[in-house]
Amino acid sequence: MLISVLAITALGLVFGLGLGWASIRFHVKSDPLVERIDALLPQTQCGQCGYPGCRPYAEAISKEEADINQCPPGGETGIRALADLLGREPKPLNPENGEEKPRTVVVIDEARCIGCTLCIQACPVDAIVGAAKLMHTVIESECTGCNLCLPPCPVDCIDIIETKPGILSWRSPRPMTENIMAAAQ
Amino acid sequence: MRQSRQVELARDAGKHIHHFHGGLRLRHNKKISCQDPVERPPLPELLIVPLLQHAGDSADPYVNVGDKVLKGQQIGQCQPCAAIHSPVSGVVEAIEDLPMSHPSGQAGPCVVIRPDGREEWVDLKPINDWRTCAPEDLIMQMQDCGLAGLGGAVFPTHAKARDGRDRKIHTLILNGSECEPYISCDEMLMREQPDKIVLGARIMCRALGADRIIIAIEDQMGAVQRALTHAAECAECKRTSVVKVTTIYPEGGERQLIQVLTGLEVPAGGRPSDLGMVCQNVATAAAVADAVAEGKPLIERYITVTGNGIEHPRNFQALFGTPFSHLVEHSGGYTKDVARLVVGGPMMGYPVASDATPVVKGSNCVLALTHQDIAGYQPEMPCIRCGECARVCPATLLPQQLHLQIKNGLWEQAAEYGLSACIECGCCDFVCPSHIPLVQWFRYGKGQQRQRALELDATERARKRFEDKEARLLRAKQERAEKMARRKQMLKDKAAQQDQIKASIKRAESRGTAQDDA
Amino acid sequence: MTRNFETGGAPHMPQKTAVATVMLQVLLALVPGVLAYTWFFGPGMLIQIILATVFALLFETLLLRWRGRPLKPFINDYSAVVTAVLFALCIPPLAPWWITCIAMLFAIVFAKHLYGGLGQNVFNPAMVGYVVVLISFPQAMTAWLPPLALAEHSLGLVDTLLTIFTGQVPLEGGWDAITQATPLDTLKTGVESGRMVPEIRNSPLFGDYGGMGWEWIANWFALGGLFLLYKRVISWQVPLAVLGSVILLSLPFWLADPDSNPFPLQHVFSGALVLAAFFIATDPVSGCVSNRGRLIFGAGVGIITLVIRRWGGYPDGVAFAVLLMNMAAPLIDRYTRPRMYGE
Repeated sequence: MLISVLAITALGLVFGLGLGWASIRFHVKSDPLVERIDALLPQTQCGQCGYPGCRPYAEAISKEEADINQCPPGGETGIRALADLLGREPKPLNPENGEEKPRTVVVIDEARCIGCTLCIQACPVDAIVGAAKLMHTVIESECTGCNLCLPPCPVDCIDIIETKPGILSWRSPRPMTENIMAAAQ
Repeated sequence: MRQSRQVELARDAGKHIHHFHGGLRLRHNKKISCQDPVERPPLPELLIVPLLQHAGDSADPYVNVGDKVLKGQQIGQCQPCAAIHSPVSGVVEAIEDLPMSHPSGQAGPCVVIRPDGREEWVDLKPINDWRTCAPEDLIMQMQDCGLAGLGGAVFPTHAKARDGRDRKIHTLILNGSECEPYISCDEMLMREQPDKIVLGARIMCRALGADRIIIAIEDQMGAVQRALTHAAECAECKRTSVVKVTTIYPEGGERQLIQVLTGLEVPAGGRPSDLGMVCQNVATAAAVADAVAEGKPLIERYITVTGNGIEHPRNFQALFGTPFSHLVEHSGGYTKDVARLVVGGPMMGYPVASDATPVVKGSNCVLALTHQDIAGYQPEMPCIRCGECARVCPATLLPQQLHLQIKNGLWEQAAEYGLSACIECGCCDFVCPSHIPLVQWFRYGKGQQRQRALELDATERARKRFEDKEARLLRAKQERAEKMARRKQMLKDKAAQQDQIKASIKRAESRGTAQDDA
Repeated sequence: MTRNFETGGAPHMPQKTAVATVMLQVLLALVPGVLAYTWFFGPGMLIQIILATVFALLFETLLLRWRGRPLKPFINDYSAVVTAVLFALCIPPLAPWWITCIAMLFAIVFAKHLYGGLGQNVFNPAMVGYVVVLISFPQAMTAWLPPLALAEHSLGLVDTLLTIFTGQVPLEGGWDAITQATPLDTLKTGVESGRMVPEIRNSPLFGDYGGMGWEWIANWFALGGLFLLYKRVISWQVPLAVLGSVILLSLPFWLADPDSNPFPLQHVFSGALVLAAFFIATDPVSGCVSNRGRLIFGAGVGIITLVIRRWGGYPDGVAFAVLLMNMAAPLIDRYTRPRMYGE
């Protein structure tokens, strides 16, 4: 009786020590949590989440001050990715922060632009090129669609346009047969 | 494998026939379209020439509506892709979006030309001294004549040649092993114009700086072998050999062909030029001969019109822009039970919705299938992990794993398991007992990967620009603060200076009064 | 004049294979063995097969309905029938009907559908069903019959039916009158009580290699297995590894001590080893994907079977071996991924 107790205790000690050693020896170094959260955010820097940029929002999430469903440009895929990373339940997008819309870019109507540079200062990714009293123009490939340049413009010369899908951006569709199976009852 | 052993094997290309993993033995169905000699069909009423005929961006139109064009005149330009030329002399009737030969079925910009029947050529500029001129001139001629790979991938020939020139190419492989069932245009070309092919090969050899030429054909093409060997002898080209490869689909794939000829594998993510070889289709070689020796730009190609849905299958030498309906009309029309029209072969081709679709550089075959051929709808069952797909995959991938990963959005794992190495040959699809449309899944997966890569790239750029802007604003703030501090300092110094001056004036004054007093 | 067509996906060629075809070929390959079994042991086996098939299809239908899946393609793919037949071949021919029912419940409902249905089961369903009833009802599961040629009393068709459905043997003496230990069981108890193997094998219960009757059944199953190999339904790696590892591992033991260890081929032709090698361990869903993986999987099944036979508590450990290797299969897959072109 005593021997079996001692034997089990000894085994427990040995395995416990082994596990402890393994957790140190095989520890996987990973980026700090804030970096990993920031990597999943869309970098639009629009502020719809309530924070001045994606990095502050990432920091707030890591400190558990903000919820994961506050980012409209990231959309449902973004929320799912954050939920996966943090081990939480995915939630629907909070409608107070906005709604998920297709990606848009802005264009400046050069005829109306007065060269005030207010939009240049407002753009968080410096996607507008120009200088005081000179023409302003938006670099389409760098515009993230955050729309922060629209409020400051005094002559309202900035328009939102949807990116048109063309032949080059066409992707093969997802096969539909799996849905046909489920529907054929 | 050691570098030297690799080079040795590469230089011995064609001496032994190796095997690649997997593959299928398929029924050929090629004889039905090889009964008649190849002809040019009569001119259609309208020619619809798409401006997107090659891998890459759309070409820009070089002409306007109402312009009169000559045969071979450039109508579309695109740097650095292949140019597009008018296949006939006539009038440009419209430049508009029309349905084209594309898997998406979407419309794209096309130049519509009404031929005037006179077939006047533009001034042709052949290179007569191709044996002695600079190779770069040959490559420029290829670019100006709009040459692109006619095997199906439509890669601009001059780009391949230039890339080959930059590395040491020793062997040019001409791919005459048309492995997909039904397609016979390359075989007919090799039977009817072997001299042109050999000439084109020699010109390309000169442009690349290669030592030897291997023409690979299927082991069933006896007449072709004789024709090509004879042509090579006539041209006194000692460096050309005609090699027969075993007919297992897809031995005509570039990577598989190189493996069969040399036993070497093209490194993952690399190109055949890494092994010192360049692979071109025989039709491309013939086009090179036309372009250099006669100055003719690429405006037509051999195309097979075949299938059980065509009354009289045959091959044509069709101008680009000819609608498929015109070709079908001149091959006896459709049979009663025709059900689907496919561009390409039955394994890798894509269906088109309308036969108004025009012939383009990449159209090697128009296949009309009957209801029996496509065997109706078979429901997709779950994967039973039988492993047949992995047994037949020529790229030694694991299609069942890739399929699961794509279905569940595990993109990193799919990339690790080699999704981008898939050549979309359709062997796995063909043997799957659960009828899973694997090739469709892989095409979808590759598209999603590309999309994600583009989006990730854009996100990274946005993040960088944001951080740079923050840094810039911070720097500006710091500089302003420093400037303020300096000015304050200067003012303080100025005040101190003023005090000093006042003090010395006072001292001077007091000295002055002291002197007065004394 | 242009014409419009409907589109569809590649490849644009008729495909001859189907899941149902694969399963039917497996059933066809089992026929010789089943016939041999009936010849040597009577009609009980056929009744068990029919019973198992009925229960399997019943549970499959119920579960498909419950999960909201379409019935037609899944019932017609015969995978439940294959599970049922393989299970029926492993149990005593006179096992009561409720044994088969419970086993099929666990096999189809728990081991197959609760893991996701066709193609998703981690464990071999037939083996799960067998192991569950083996452990829960040891008495009923060890009531084996001797071959007809050796039996003192044998039951006709009607009596067999009565036994299966009522659980009572309609003979004087009841169960003890007709049941007898299997050859492997006799061997195990004999060796444990100190007798020599050649002496044990002198009994008429044993044939030249395996048990009398059993070795012939194994032969016929092997024939069916070769048919499957020819038709490319299974790959050669698993049967070779299972049988090869058994032979290779038992050889040194027999050479060292032929008195307490059977000859390697005797191991091969006893029990369910040949059936497992060609039909059970080759189940594609619960096995390994790559060829190297399959060799390791088969070797594992062979080794564990031998270990259980020699040192374990059960006379034949094939079912446990298969289930244990099913557990290891994903790990084996991960480490035996084949090299891709160009890597």
